[in-house]
Amino acid sequence: MELYLQTLANGISLGSLYALIAIGYTMVYGILRLINFAHADLLMVAGYIAFYGIMVFALPWWFSFLIAIALTALLGVSIEKIAYRPLRNAPRISVLISAIGVSFLLENLGIVAIGARPKSFPRPEELVWNIKLGDISFLSLTVIIPIVTLLLLVAVTYMVNKTKTGTAMRAVSRDFETASLMAVDVNKVVSTTFLVGSSLAAVGGILYSLQYPQIDPLMGVFPGLKCFIAAVMGGIGSIPGAMLGGFILGMGEVFLVAFMPELSGYRDAFAFVILIFILLFKPTGILGENVVEKV
Amino acid sequence: MDSRQNIKRLLTLGLILLSCLVLFFAQGFLSSFNIRILNLAAIFVILGASMNLVLGFTGMFSLGHAGFMCVGAYVSAILTMSPASKELIYYMEPIIPPLANVHWPVFPAIVMAGVVAAFFGFLIGFPALRLRDDYLAIATLGFGEIIRIIVTNTITITNGSLGLKDIPSIKSLWIYWGFAIATIWILKQLINSSWGYAFKAIRDNEIAAEAMGIDVFKHKLLSFTVGAFFAGLAGALMGHLITSVDPTMFRFLFTFQILLIIVLGGLGSLTGSVIAGVVVTVSMEFLRFVEQPINLFGLIIPGIPGMRMVIFSLLLLMVILFYRQGLMGTREFNWDWILDKLGVARRKERGVA
Amino acid sequence: MGNSLLVTDNITMQFGGLRAVSDLALQIAPRQIVGLIGPNGAGKTTAFNMITGVYKPTLGKISFDGKDITGLKPNQITELGIARTFQNIRLFSSMSVLENVLLSKHVRLKANPLEAILGLPRYSKARKRHYEECMELLDQVQLADLADEKATSLPYGKQRRLEIARALATQPQVILLDEPAAGMNPQESLELMEFIAKIREQFGLTVLMIEHHMEVVMGICEHIVVLDHGVTIAQGTPTEIQNNQQVIEAYLGAVDEIA
Repeated sequence: MELYLQTLANGISLGSLYALIAIGYTMVYGILRLINFAHADLLMVAGYIAFYGIMVFALPWWFSFLIAIALTALLGVSIEKIAYRPLRNAPRISVLISAIGVSFLLENLGIVAIGARPKSFPRPEELVWNIKLGDISFLSLTVIIPIVTLLLLVAVTYMVNKTKTGTAMRAVSRDFETASLMAVDVNKVVSTTFLVGSSLAAVGGILYSLQYPQIDPLMGVFPGLKCFIAAVMGGIGSIPGAMLGGFILGMGEVFLVAFMPELSGYRDAFAFVILIFILLFKPTGILGENVVEKV
Repeated sequence: MDSRQNIKRLLTLGLILLSCLVLFFAQGFLSSFNIRILNLAAIFVILGASMNLVLGFTGMFSLGHAGFMCVGAYVSAILTMSPASKELIYYMEPIIPPLANVHWPVFPAIVMAGVVAAFFGFLIGFPALRLRDDYLAIATLGFGEIIRIIVTNTITITNGSLGLKDIPSIKSLWIYWGFAIATIWILKQLINSSWGYAFKAIRDNEIAAEAMGIDVFKHKLLSFTVGAFFAGLAGALMGHLITSVDPTMFRFLFTFQILLIIVLGGLGSLTGSVIAGVVVTVSMEFLRFVEQPINLFGLIIPGIPGMRMVIFSLLLLMVILFYRQGLMGTREFNWDWILDKLGVARRKERGVA
Repeated sequence: MGNSLLVTDNITMQFGGLRAVSDLALQIAPRQIVGLIGPNGAGKTTAFNMITGVYKPTLGKISFDGKDITGLKPNQITELGIARTFQNIRLFSSMSVLENVLLSKHVRLKANPLEAILGLPRYSKARKRHYEECMELLDQVQLADLADEKATSLPYGKQRRLEIARALATQPQVILLDEPAAGMNPQESLELMEFIAKIREQFGLTVLMIEHHMEVVMGICEHIVVLDHGVTIAQGTPTEIQNNQQVIEAYLGAVDEIA
């Protein structure tokens, strides 16, 4: 029972982290039909900026986190401007290659600038402490992560569904060309999407660094891939879908490791196996819509 | 007989002789370090050409090449290692009996590596090739990772994360370049055949290709399986070049390097893949100096690890953003072009392969 | 009708809540030229897509030459002898005019890839024969002197003709033309009509065409089917259709064209 509760708590925590990161993928995909491979590396960038803010510039943790989020968001927007926008009318393969190129550039710049060796991420006392509840004890993060995620999800959902910017976003994701003909400033919408998605990635990256306090230049790669898978699983382009996918994936992973430890070596394969099943049997994902190519 | 046809045959023969001569002298006079780089280049030529078949010619964005290399490397290694060294290396858990005593010669083992990788390619392609573009990319990437994770966990076959050592070493340029030239020839024949045009048709317009009677799925599977075969072959050669393999070798980094080669050379040009394969591999080695400390007139500049990959990622971005067709576009090396430049008379003829 | 070559037995296509085509019943005799007309969104292209296997009809059955072809894949249907062109031209952009046509012969090739790689005689001979057939075909459609040009560099009208040539190269019994005269001026349309009549004679073809140019439809089709909102509102000879009150109403905006 204790193990069960403990696992459930871990599952919720990891699941919400995945959900947070998956939203960025799904938003960008919804608008540009592009897997933003660089999204994963934004986690790492945010982690490192926060790390240097606290350790080198001795900033208060919350201020350092804010700076990390702001700079990461800026980076996300710039990536789109420099590496994706010029290729908007190019074959899809070119944009994907560009995305992979950016991702590799960020990872290796990380290695060049700060070295490949992992650094341990500081855990501010105000944020991370042990909670004892009867017989089970867990980190405060197990509670903080889902709460932060929930708040941000509500905010994003509100923005997409209720604000003018959100309406423009939905219009662009439905039909890029028509939206631009209807005087929607497509470039602005795309930039906003990257701004929001990258900020969420930054928050995800910081929370991830707090939860697993070892950061290295390649730390984003696996969570990034998994969150993309979560987005596909939920139905790419759908924000509630990304949340659902993130939760299912996080839960599944935690439960697999807790209850079938003999399979834990396959932990990272789990996500891919799910992905392949989804793509084969319901490529539109759980909450996705059907898209038929016009002949 | 057409005189121009004869000239072309003579030129081809001459080129073959010349390459043999170059290989002969290179083998005799180059340092073993430089020979090793050239061998590595041959492996990357095979990888580039075969991934170009899948990505450049058939238009399938597959990122699973590293996974197939991994399969090939392990198959050839396990088949060729001596029973004695297997007993020594598998000290965590012994290798399963049927594999413990196999001891194949290198050549059939390398071909077998290709066959097994092709079989994996077929199995993976069967479900995955129903997907397109970025979905295919992420699914094949996933399969590549799954292969790697399985290899890490099936200890009684692969020795798990400890990897394999003592793989019979091959040093001769002839073998690596022999395989590379054979690969290029086979792929060239395939691409210029009716099947090659079917691949290009699928790349250009899948719906029209299907309407013209082409079984799109079957052709995609063929292209993908052939690509996997050569990836397996290259993986096997890689194992014999560095005489050890472990699962971490075949991370996504490999696929990235191959991607760089085909983008640089031109998506849809075998010639481009060959040139870029050699250039990228050689400059990758040449640029090693930036990652090592340099002593410049007494001033010591520390080496910066990772710098090479920064340079190459930037290069990839530059090419894709500003010079998308790469070195060769979709053009290929051909004698006609050279003869025309030289002003050799040309009879009105149209080639058909 | 016992002697029909292509029969659609009340085929229906349902997309979610939208019934794009309902109960379409066609009986097309060999060597007949049939026109499929109707306002935009009437379901004409959807009907084509069902016949050529792009969509599987929700209800109903399609048979060709006595065989049930419902639910076959597009390439299988082409292999059996039904070829098509596309409303929005879909040529293979990286290939020459000749290569575009030669590609259609791939389905008729009886050899395996290994024979091709090794250049064995069964493959080389078949390939040589296909090459000659395609050059002859290009000659017949007056594109032979452009054989080595890039297909997409041709002027629009010639691209349309190449689309037809490419479909012909698959050796079909039935050809489906999706708006072959789209974007053509009256002179070009006239030439196209002659061209269609000519290929019908030459290849013994049966033709089913979607067309908006009424002078083309009325001038060449022996039988006309009118769709409106997916429903067949009339079938008959050009004269019958021209005098059909329901058709005139459906086409109100185009009355002048019909007359």
